[in-house]
Amino acid sequence: MDSLSNYLMVSAILFSLGLFGVVTRRNGVAVLMGVELILNAANLNFLAFARFGGMNMSGHVYALFVIVLAAAEAAVALAIIINIFNNFNTINIDDVSELRQ
Amino acid sequence: MADFTFWFIVVLTISSALMVVSSKSLVYSAYSLLFTFIGVTGLYVFLWADFLAVVQVVVYVGGILVLIIFGIMLTNKISSANISHTSVQKRAGVFVVIGFIGVLGYVIFNTPWIQLPNTEPVDTTRAIGNLLMIDYLLPFEAASFLLLGALIGATTLSRKDD
Repeated sequence: MDSLSNYLMVSAILFSLGLFGVVTRRNGVAVLMGVELILNAANLNFLAFARFGGMNMSGHVYALFVIVLAAAEAAVALAIIINIFNNFNTINIDDVSELRQ
Repeated sequence: MADFTFWFIVVLTISSALMVVSSKSLVYSAYSLLFTFIGVTGLYVFLWADFLAVVQVVVYVGGILVLIIFGIMLTNKISSANISHTSVQKRAGVFVVIGFIGVLGYVIFNTPWIQLPNTEPVDTTRAIGNLLMIDYLLPFEAASFLLLGALIGATTLSRKDD
């Protein structure tokens, strides 16, 4: 439990699952959920290295900035997705390949 | 007991993350994402990051997850039963992801990580505040501008044209 490798492995699995979601999902909101998983994995890595690197608090500050970016990204991405839905009546990202309808 | 709790949280996190990316129903995916966030919060507590654990609950569960559920509700017609959705190239994706986990696991368990000795901090909030106001003041201000830009941008993007 108290070893760096365990946390890194959990983070690696979370990142890979997020990547799987981003690559294979066709729904825009589901792709966004994959991105959130990836950002959580990155945060877990920051905090694990901070904890086992002599409790260096810089890792915590970076994780805080990642959370700020994730919040901003989610808000803008959902605004874009809702706009796409209003214009194309679908959020299947394979069908949205034109700049104007 | 702590050991059991740790592995329980790990299993909860990974299994619900698996559910997020594989569930056919988007609503199930969103609720599984809740358990993933809770599990990651538990891991933060194990990593002695009390302030970030609270921030994770407030921002992710209270903000981002609610936004995502709103996004699902606004872009699907419940009556058309089209909340389910499909995935593309699942087999290739599974292949790539298993290879990726294998490579990362090999690197993680074969690297001699240097671990510095440390003691459990009483609280992390004071140290984070000091760093934000001294060493990371410029990124802090840039983040505030970014949030302002995202706020204005999101409202401008999603309002109806008159």
